[in-house]
Amino acid sequence: MKLPVNLDISKTHLLSRKKQTLVAVLGVTFGIAMFILMISFMQGVNKFLEDTMLQATPDVHIYNDLKTDYSVSIASEYFKGENKLIVVHHPKPKQVKLNIKNAEAIIADIKRNPQVAAVAPLLSTQVFYNYGPVQINGFIEGVNIIEETRLYNLNEKMLFGKTENLLTTDNGILMGSGLAQKLNVRTGDLVSLATPMGSTMRFRIVGIFKIGIGTLDNVKSYVNLSSVQQLLGKDKSYITDINVKLKDNKMAVAMSKEFGKKYGSKAEDWETSNSSVTAGNTVRNVLTFVVSITLLVVAGFGIYNIMNMTIANKMKDIAILKAQGFARKDIVQIFLSQSLVIGLLGALSGIFLGFILSYGLSRVPFPSNEFIGLKYFPVIFNPKHYIFGIVFGVITTFIAGFMPSLKASRIDPVAILRG
Amino acid sequence: MNEILKAEHLHKYFHEPESFHVLDDVSLSVNRGEFVSLVGKSGSGKSTLLYLLSTLDTDYEGTITMDNTKVTGLSQNALSKFRNEKIGFVFQFHFLLPEFSTVQNVMMPARKLGKYSNEEIESRAMEKLKLMGMDSFALKPSGKLSGGQQQRVAIARALINDPIILMADEPTGNLDSANSEIVFDIFRNLSKKGNTIITVTHDTDFARRADRIVEIVDGKIMH
Repeated sequence: MKLPVNLDISKTHLLSRKKQTLVAVLGVTFGIAMFILMISFMQGVNKFLEDTMLQATPDVHIYNDLKTDYSVSIASEYFKGENKLIVVHHPKPKQVKLNIKNAEAIIADIKRNPQVAAVAPLLSTQVFYNYGPVQINGFIEGVNIIEETRLYNLNEKMLFGKTENLLTTDNGILMGSGLAQKLNVRTGDLVSLATPMGSTMRFRIVGIFKIGIGTLDNVKSYVNLSSVQQLLGKDKSYITDINVKLKDNKMAVAMSKEFGKKYGSKAEDWETSNSSVTAGNTVRNVLTFVVSITLLVVAGFGIYNIMNMTIANKMKDIAILKAQGFARKDIVQIFLSQSLVIGLLGALSGIFLGFILSYGLSRVPFPSNEFIGLKYFPVIFNPKHYIFGIVFGVITTFIAGFMPSLKASRIDPVAILRG
Repeated sequence: MNEILKAEHLHKYFHEPESFHVLDDVSLSVNRGEFVSLVGKSGSGKSTLLYLLSTLDTDYEGTITMDNTKVTGLSQNALSKFRNEKIGFVFQFHFLLPEFSTVQNVMMPARKLGKYSNEEIESRAMEKLKLMGMDSFALKPSGKLSGGQQQRVAIARALINDPIILMADEPTGNLDSANSEIVFDIFRNLSKKGNTIITVTHDTDFARRADRIVEIVDGKIMH
């Protein structure tokens, strides 16, 4: 099968200056490869952060916010009258109850919602962990461990013991790995916990977990809900937080609004509670695209330059072709196809190189770090990025080649042929 | 005699560097099979006239009719098609495409026309090259040929689509006398075979062999 004459000319042009063609192709190759590498890595980081974040954050968190409204005072009620201005200077905060009213009923109601995967009550408090002379500040979360496990997949994160041990042991505690290391305790040891209000209780360690986030593993422990209620001297219905896991976490924003309105408490979705992470994701995405587009624009200018030079060298040829009856669109086709072949070759070798580089990076061990549980650099392989790379590369070279081609087609043959 | 080309009241102006009336009311008629030489001093407008007739230059007043088609006012695309099919052009500088072999250069306009299969085009190209005595150079890169050889290849290329008119702008202007002689003979033979030829030349020897000499002085035809 012989190529159509225009493409044959285009092929001959490309092959007669192999070095120039290769340089142009390599420009696109590196542009696309860097794009693939950067986006795979950045998206990998995004995904890793989001995953770790979701491991520790419920999709929807329902709680009572501490109200700081000091504008209304009982004094103004008492002294009220005409021509009086009542000002209470620097009032102290009121005692507020942080518990969610009628929590049992709310939990039961949320459970009936078809969008919900799991609901867990929570009561947490700050404590001092005492073991021998060591005292460490941290907090405990009183939970229903079965529900909590469904929320965060705790079973997978247990280093020692099982989550169910909490149910079978009186005053059991599941301790974060970093905390256990600092206290130098292991399963079976007894630790003493003291609250800021002064009450103390002894717990037996029945399991050690590692979530992979240093700021949690170093301070957090799980105990039964009733233990915390007992420690704080509260009744059986005292719950401050309800955590909800949805079947689809993209629905969190809508669902949190609904819950907030329905139950009269504050309901916060995971994106809001981790807005720093989502902001970081946006920054990384923007950065990726800015750098990649810059690289491709540079490659595009390279092609533009080479095409312009080629056309300047081929003025005579273009004039001859026109005199022989090649129309303007034929000339555009001849030169634009050269640019597109460069773009396509560059894009294909670019995604190939990009894949190799990304794969290489995904095998590089991540410097070990007690705050992040990461073995290798996080890289994801998404076919969409590769398709996008090809499309992007071809479009860039099309634009870079189109203007010189149009210029070539406008050459007046008479001026050149008359010499 | 049937008329194959008719130009009526052609006017052409150059605007750069200053306004200049190059062709002043030129009318010309060429019959089928005629061999016409356009002669004149440098700057007389003879080449300009040829480029108007060849349809490459469309910036003029008057009308040109070729093969019963009025080419004046046709779109650029239609003119490209017309040139490809009906006009063969030979330039002063031989102007082959240097990356292609001799036979590929000859085949180019026929491949653009797309009337014949690739094999037929190739055998036709070889036939035309044989006519020029260049068939043994068919597979050589065209850049490797001498000036005279290149001009003969260019003539073969101009003939590949069996044009109704062969136009040549100083075809011997850049050749030595031996090669010029060869090109004269080729044109003479082509004329005998019934080809219509219009050539611009300032070579009086060459001009004398034509059926008709048209002299142009200061943009006007002398009768």
